[in-house]
Amino acid sequence: MKVTRRIALTLGAVALAATACGGTGASGGSDITIGLAVSTLNNPFFVELQQGAQEMADQLGAKLTVVDAQNDATNQVNQVQTLVTQGVKAIILNPVDSKQSAPAAKAAELASIPLISVDRSVEGKVAAEVASNNVQGGSLAAIELGRATSGEVGHLKGIQGASASRDRGQGFEQGLNSGNIKVAAEAVADFDRAKGLNETTNLMQGHPTLKGIFAENDEMALGAIKALGARAGKDVMVVGFDGTPDGLKAIQEGTLAATVAQQPKLLGSKAVEQAVHAAKGESVQQVVDVEVKVITKQNVAEFTK
Amino acid sequence: MTTISIRKYASENGALAGLLVLALALAISNPAFLTAQNLVNVGVQAAAIAILAFGMTFVVVAGGIDLSVGSIAALAAMVGALTAGPVGLVVGALCGLVNGAMISYGKLPPFIATLAMLSVARGLTLVVSEGQPHNTDELVTFLGSNLAPMLPLPLLLMLAFFGITGLILTRTNLGRRMYAIGGNEEAAKLSGIDVRRQKLWIYALSGLFAAAAGLVLAGRLGSAGPQAAAGYELDAIAAVVIGGASLSGGVGRATGTLVGALVLAVLRNGLNLLQVHPFWQQVVIGVVIALAALLDSLRRR
Repeated sequence: MKVTRRIALTLGAVALAATACGGTGASGGSDITIGLAVSTLNNPFFVELQQGAQEMADQLGAKLTVVDAQNDATNQVNQVQTLVTQGVKAIILNPVDSKQSAPAAKAAELASIPLISVDRSVEGKVAAEVASNNVQGGSLAAIELGRATSGEVGHLKGIQGASASRDRGQGFEQGLNSGNIKVAAEAVADFDRAKGLNETTNLMQGHPTLKGIFAENDEMALGAIKALGARAGKDVMVVGFDGTPDGLKAIQEGTLAATVAQQPKLLGSKAVEQAVHAAKGESVQQVVDVEVKVITKQNVAEFTK
Repeated sequence: MTTISIRKYASENGALAGLLVLALALAISNPAFLTAQNLVNVGVQAAAIAILAFGMTFVVVAGGIDLSVGSIAALAAMVGALTAGPVGLVVGALCGLVNGAMISYGKLPPFIATLAMLSVARGLTLVVSEGQPHNTDELVTFLGSNLAPMLPLPLLLMLAFFGITGLILTRTNLGRRMYAIGGNEEAAKLSGIDVRRQKLWIYALSGLFAAAAGLVLAGRLGSAGPQAAAGYELDAIAAVVIGGASLSGGVGRATGTLVGALVLAVLRNGLNLLQVHPFWQQVVIGVVIALAALLDSLRRR
């Protein structure tokens, strides 16, 4: 054991040359460091959220530390603990799952670090809540699909058990009665474009008369459009969710009837704004509602600059 | 002689030396690392993976692989949340028994049998949970809580499972047979070991450990999630390999696996402390696993 330690020490001295200069830590300067715990960066939506946060942090002269939970709620608790250890002045939490976010919130609360939730709600004490409503967005999608078409429609669902899928799906079902559409078939495509393609092919095989498809994100919607080929936007209307660049392009081309945009960059920047206020001990806006917007061919130009 | 002893030393303690180097480098580059609170955090953060990996150690030592541990952990935690913790443990052990039966009596390769269970257990988790997270009862929540400040139960459980794993591997017939089967299955059979029966127990143990890990995870969150522990089987395998076990069987120790799990936890903690971009973190973790496996292959040359 002792010998091991000695060897480790020798090796450590070498390893240090590489790491020591890279590790600036949180101690340097009077800058405010803000922690951003993201649910996953394996999704363009949250990458944009992070970019929006970074831009605002740069603008306000704050330092942003980003950690990525890779959609694992436990991992997120670990990362929030690490941010606490690091001594950040405020934490922005984009929970993996709202219903499993209590321990992460607790870790921040115990250390008296102000917590700002972004995109999804957090169970616990938050200084500010920056969100756009997924349930409301789902309802808007249903209303839009009911406007674009009537008859039987299909519903492409995201990762089962993921809160984004739950909320959007729930909102969609709530909004159904506003138009003259009825869900005849459902399939799970895990928010994935390739799976959206396969599942839509299957849906159309079983229900050739489907008039519309709601996909819980744009990626699946784009897969559905691939499966529908020339029928997309003609006799089968597809509505997506997110307003990703590819989604907007499909709207311009007329293959995607509508998408519900959440403005991820705005979510990120608003969250940093509140976090900096909280870190400085200034007053914060407790609820910041970033509007969800329905994008169709009429207004798509506003979103593609 | 010296070359041989250095090699032997490196193979037996390489992971430990690596862990210490890592810890030292972190301690110097970031003062927040070497605080008591952070070290306790790292221990807690390693607990679930370590317990999964201890179960995986039995399987790997016996020359097998168990891809289903993450899914079994999720299923056991979910059943535990919907009924009671101990029921979750039983379910986990049963899943492991089914794995063992498919491998022993169905003659399926472990990779395939446990890959099937990975899907079945995850699916069943979604079925029983209806896709929703469910709150755990007091007993399970207790598993994830602190006995006292700086005395978290997950950390103690990890150490307890470490002790149990060491005992099973070195002090029981089952443990010695694991090494025999992993070393040379034919020879083990010819020497009178009922290999098929042993495999049943080995996979059942892995399932039971996975269930325990799942309960610890759920306890920490106060809730069992339908997507909990997804992909953890790969972390568990990585921990076992970093710890010096050989995927071709016959080699592996409880100490190595504990160190392997700690290396992963220290890396994740440290990379975040050093503010390494999340995308790069995955690259670094992959490189560490590759280095550990290279060490393993070097040893057998």
